[in-house]
Amino acid sequence: MTDIEHTIKKEEIKPPVVHVGVIGWIRKNLFNNWYNSLLTVVTIFFLLKIVPPFIRWAFIDSVWNTPSQACRHATGACWSIIPHNYRFIIFGFFPYNLQWRPLLAMIMLFALLFFSQNRKHWKKPLAYSWIVGLFVMGLLLKGGLFGLKSVDSTQWGGLVLTLLLSVFGLTAAYPLGVVLALGRQSKMPAVKTLCVVYIEMIRGVPLISLLFMASIIFPLFLPEGVTINKILRAQAAIILFTAAYIAEVVRGGLQAMPRGQYEAAESMGLNYYQTMRLIILPQALKIVIPPTVSILISAFKDTSLVVIIALYDLLKTTQTVLSDPRWLGYSREAYIFVAIIYFLGCFSMSNYSRKLEKELSRGD
Amino acid sequence: MKNTASETVPFWLDPKKRAIFFQLITLCMVGLLAYYLISNTIHNLKRQNIATGLGFLHKESSFEIGESLISYSAASSYGRALIVGALNTLYVSSIGIIITVILGTVAGVARLSTNWLVSKLAAIYIEVFQDIPVLLQLFFWYAIFYETLPSPRQALHPLPGVFICNRGVAFAVPKADPAHGYMAIAFLTGCVLVYLIRRWANKRRDKTGQLFPVFRVSLAILVGFPLVTWWLAGAPTAMSTPKLVGFNFTGGKNFSPEFIALLLGLVLYTAAFVAEVVRAGIQSVSKGQTEAAMSLGLRPGMVLNLVILPQALRVIIPPLTSQMLNLTKNSTLAVAIGYPDFVSVANTTINQTGQAIEGVALIMVLYLIFSLLTSAIMNWYNKKAALVER
Amino acid sequence: MDTESSVTTEQNLPDEAIIEIIDMHKWFGDFHVLQGINLTVHKQERIVICGPSGSGKSTLIRCINRLEEHQRGRIVVDGIELTSNIKNIEKIRAEVGMVFQHFNLFPHLNIVENLTLGPIWVRKTPKKEAEETAMYYLEKVHIAEQAKKYPGQLSGGQQQRVAIARSLCMNPKVMLFDEPTSALDPEMIKEVLDVMIELAQEGMTMIVVTHEMGFAKSVAHRVLFMDSGQIVEGNTPEEFFENPQHDRTKLFLSQILH
Repeated sequence: MTDIEHTIKKEEIKPPVVHVGVIGWIRKNLFNNWYNSLLTVVTIFFLLKIVPPFIRWAFIDSVWNTPSQACRHATGACWSIIPHNYRFIIFGFFPYNLQWRPLLAMIMLFALLFFSQNRKHWKKPLAYSWIVGLFVMGLLLKGGLFGLKSVDSTQWGGLVLTLLLSVFGLTAAYPLGVVLALGRQSKMPAVKTLCVVYIEMIRGVPLISLLFMASIIFPLFLPEGVTINKILRAQAAIILFTAAYIAEVVRGGLQAMPRGQYEAAESMGLNYYQTMRLIILPQALKIVIPPTVSILISAFKDTSLVVIIALYDLLKTTQTVLSDPRWLGYSREAYIFVAIIYFLGCFSMSNYSRKLEKELSRGD
Repeated sequence: MKNTASETVPFWLDPKKRAIFFQLITLCMVGLLAYYLISNTIHNLKRQNIATGLGFLHKESSFEIGESLISYSAASSYGRALIVGALNTLYVSSIGIIITVILGTVAGVARLSTNWLVSKLAAIYIEVFQDIPVLLQLFFWYAIFYETLPSPRQALHPLPGVFICNRGVAFAVPKADPAHGYMAIAFLTGCVLVYLIRRWANKRRDKTGQLFPVFRVSLAILVGFPLVTWWLAGAPTAMSTPKLVGFNFTGGKNFSPEFIALLLGLVLYTAAFVAEVVRAGIQSVSKGQTEAAMSLGLRPGMVLNLVILPQALRVIIPPLTSQMLNLTKNSTLAVAIGYPDFVSVANTTINQTGQAIEGVALIMVLYLIFSLLTSAIMNWYNKKAALVER
Repeated sequence: MDTESSVTTEQNLPDEAIIEIIDMHKWFGDFHVLQGINLTVHKQERIVICGPSGSGKSTLIRCINRLEEHQRGRIVVDGIELTSNIKNIEKIRAEVGMVFQHFNLFPHLNIVENLTLGPIWVRKTPKKEAEETAMYYLEKVHIAEQAKKYPGQLSGGQQQRVAIARSLCMNPKVMLFDEPTSALDPEMIKEVLDVMIELAQEGMTMIVVTHEMGFAKSVAHRVLFMDSGQIVEGNTPEEFFENPQHDRTKLFLSQILH
């Protein structure tokens, strides 16, 4: 094949200067019409009023690692509250010299999460790693075996408790939610009604009412002399709550499955459980991973509510530090620190969820 | 030929009978569990000498409530206290919903703006405020009040008649005057007039094709009628301004720190989610729709009104109602900062009477009613607005 | 494609030019998508534009009704200069009808409402008159019985015919078609092409971007080949298909007609 001749002269003409480069970008994005130009000017004005004073308070005039008296003299932010108290904020009442254990547990958790990000790793070994990992994390926290000193659950607190409530909460709520969703789809009226009533009731009430129930009413359900500690009760409430939301999300996935899948499985002779386990659930659950991550993010944020029933999660340990007379009055700094922790957690999860959604919709 | 269609099958192989059997087992197990829990509960309640039943609603409450929309005192009944709480919940939720919808819509539209600066700032707001727990945001704003803001003596005075201090926000309001009643009547009359004008303008357009500037005229009427009435009634300008008396402000309208912190936290948090809902709704209308409408020669305003909004609203309204419900449920966090909403009052009642089951049940029932109402409205809207397809 | 009635394409077209494009350039950022386009379209002329994807053919016709903005050169439609002037753009859009690859019917309105939207809100036609016009054009595209249905209830071919009728209700002087049959299942392509042929028989000025060469052979006055942002060659259908002048054209034709 001969080369295609270029019989037509092709000049190298450059686009007009005002349309490209930095000037072009500014013109197109900030000033492309009178309306946007006005907006840009007004916005820059407000930014100039707010940002420099904030930077001065947070960074320039601030103190970073001084004893509390020095804070009183500083005009800027007193970030010293963090270096002096972070161990209590993050680990709660866990014995001081044993805090390597919850730290190790958290590192394991993050490692597992990080590793689970890549969809190529989603095979059986990963599931087993998680099961073993969760067991080891529980062991590190509780102790009592393998020479580890036993630590009572009332001493678990801070970020450790927050992560515990969220991770175990979602792990236990997930199978329960799937069962509820299947039950709601069922043709058996008794089962369907029970599931619908449960789901709609739990989704209709605020989480705080369930936490109150856990805190005050669960003890009444138990026979005389039997007690279950408060963390377990709160965990149960979070599980029951999250399961209802997962059930709705999974129901969406089940409804998105084409009838043809059910019919193909039926014609192969598979029974109900085989159909669900081998054909329907693997596909449906994959479809609803993004909304499920979104529920995990909500669960992570909602654990902060246990403050109200006096459990020492991340928020309550922070408030305890703030009630110390030495550190009284630095709520802004402390809350900003905690907000950053929550933000990092939620942001990375929602970012991951977006990335995942894109990959799944592309059909990889 | 043997007909096997109606042959009786042993019941353990018949799917229908198996289903009934399975359901019976399930109901039995649930029933047994319920029986176990209930019998324990009755026993424990008797043991701890806790009363049962709703009789306590008539008893005297003997606690005060900080803010109330109706008259209430420590001598009022628990029932009345709970009503005060419910009204407070409705109060903060309604105001919250209105502000959230406005702020959320602005943020959502700003996120889609072609102005890079505005779009990025909106994105930062949405991302940051979605990812911080709402309770933390409440505590933060509440702490701003009692730690950062000055005492009433040195209150911030950003605008004439507006005072911000650690006792709350006070601002001037017009003094009650008969003119206000007339203005309200004028506004309602204006609404009716606007409705009639719209009908007339539509008929006229159908008949002759001429377009009437309905929007501008309606705006003029809704603003102008009350304004003219005000001027005719003597243009009363007397304001009730907050004045520092002793240790606090009297006069004008006062909002407590609890109320403002709750409102700020709820609004800023929920509006971030509403912004995403609005953005998704607008983006759900494909670009081709705008292009087709513009190719017909329609102006941008008409493209928005006739083509984009009808389609976008169908996608926006269901999740929007869901967010409004979330805001109402999140208002229960008021118990953590001391605003007397329904849960707060119920909590105090439970502490005093010990009747936890009735108390928590009342809370659940109230919010269930809100949820079911919202679901019903949403289902009705979805049916009505559904796009007709094959 | 079998065409029993080939539309007469004698070259005695009126001399009047309805569209003039003079040395038009367009860039997407740094990418020079249209490079020096010169094109004159006469009244009642029918032009088919073909070429490989990415050649700029869609961009070219979208510049005519300002769905895309050109950065250099001139476009004149029916004597009106196409600039940033909003009034000119609106006038031009009312005279130029466009049919899209993906139909773009308004799903929340029924068929008649889709057709009367433009006349009522742009040409300020009374409702009854607009509906009569709508029914007239629905008859023309053989779909009058679906008048009260919604776009979601129609097949692709039906929707595209409605889209053509919708543009016709504005009484345009020129109709632009952007790959009108590319999104259709094969059995529905014919019904849309038949409508377009009938339109041609009535003397509508048409610019059609398409791969349907049978249509080009039977209806077009001129066939243009575009590649890499330039109009490489243009000729009557007979000359174009029998005697392509440039190698690029030959290559493209060999790929498309086998």
